[in-house]
Amino acid sequence: MLAKRIIPCLDVKDGRTVKGVNFVDLRDAGDPVELAWNYSQQGADELVFLDISATVEKRKTLIELVKAVARQINIPFTIGGGITEIADADALLNAGADKISINSAAVRNPALIDELAKAFGVQFVIVAVDTRVMGDKNIVHLNGGRLPTDKQTLDWILEAESRGAGEILLTSMDHDGTKAGFDNGFLTQVNNAVNIPVIASGGAGSVQHFVDVFQQTNVDAALAASVFHYGEILIPDLKAILRENNIEVRV
Amino acid sequence: MIGIIRYGAGNIFSLTATLERLGIAYGMISTEADFEKYDRYIIPGVGHAGAAMHKLESTGLVPAIKALDKPTLGICVGMQLLTSYSEEGDSNLLDLFPIKTLKFPHTDGFKVPHTGWNQVFPEKENPLFANIPTGSHFYFVHSYFIEYDPLYTLSSTNYTHKFSASIWRGNFYGVQFHPEKSGTYGEQLLKNFSKI
Repeated sequence: MLAKRIIPCLDVKDGRTVKGVNFVDLRDAGDPVELAWNYSQQGADELVFLDISATVEKRKTLIELVKAVARQINIPFTIGGGITEIADADALLNAGADKISINSAAVRNPALIDELAKAFGVQFVIVAVDTRVMGDKNIVHLNGGRLPTDKQTLDWILEAESRGAGEILLTSMDHDGTKAGFDNGFLTQVNNAVNIPVIASGGAGSVQHFVDVFQQTNVDAALAASVFHYGEILIPDLKAILRENNIEVRV
Repeated sequence: MIGIIRYGAGNIFSLTATLERLGIAYGMISTEADFEKYDRYIIPGVGHAGAAMHKLESTGLVPAIKALDKPTLGICVGMQLLTSYSEEGDSNLLDLFPIKTLKFPHTDGFKVPHTGWNQVFPEKENPLFANIPTGSHFYFVHSYFIEYDPLYTLSSTNYTHKFSASIWRGNFYGVQFHPEKSGTYGEQLLKNFSKI
């Protein structure tokens, strides 16, 4: 059976990880390559790096980081942040990235999804969507959830799929940082509406939250940052409990 | 030493990085004369099978590839190229295996592309899967699959139905998953291939 994926997310700035990382056995907790290696050894199924310093001069640093990760890490990884044109994606692909994630750039220029899928294949293109509830509707937000758009989230996700997104990374901004669990209701709605993999993000605070998201929504993967970085949840423990709950995971 | 056939279909940085990490020597093949420098070959490939076949044909290497008699491993689309035909682009391929590459049928509960770690079950004894437990997970990402065939299927995977996770005929091998992204078992498979 296809295993459910556990995906740690690393924020990088100027080639270093940001947000505190609290692995006692790391010599340098800010080194994304060492952190990535540590996660791969623990049994992470995939990694996402979000570059939050995406200015032009910082891109070269990012390319070097991507190469270093590709040299050291034997699991797939995705790079997101600041990708606005084919040339950005091409450079990341050639540096060894397996997938790229686009968010605001796709909202501002939806044709970018078509172009990327045509150039590199749908498997290379993750469309990341930040959603927040306004009134009774889920609305796509930009700038880390601060800027509402005029797009309803499910409509946008279906458009992204039809344009060639190979996967959807859906972050609930209402749940992100709360550690109160994933938005299983909306994830179910989205997951049932699309025929491409969905990665759940936002709200992971305990092992039970991962059990819940896989049992209640049938999403393909769950992504989290701080619970992994601070060692609150260790991936081998998480996978053992998922297995006890008859959720297929990679050993 | 492994010769990697260069024909412009996709990025091979991760593959070469993995070989370097494992201490497996490799070089690049761009011309027919390059083949004799190596004792085994890898045909990489990502993206569209029809487009990849078109690029391979434009190198002029197709007759030499079809005549290879040393161990040769196609990876992902590189594996699909070994089959006779792909529904992707309605393309005739190398026809080293008389079986077809087909699109996953729409099936409720099964998304396409087939993305992620799935279990691989060897169906024959072969050194390619030495020291890899049956049912180990490998990383897949593909929308087209190679049909199951008891003659040529070396290992199978289930997704909507049973298909070929790897194929084997004489000196030719193909794997649908990405060994360079499949953790320690993927690395083991590449080590095994380097010694076949």
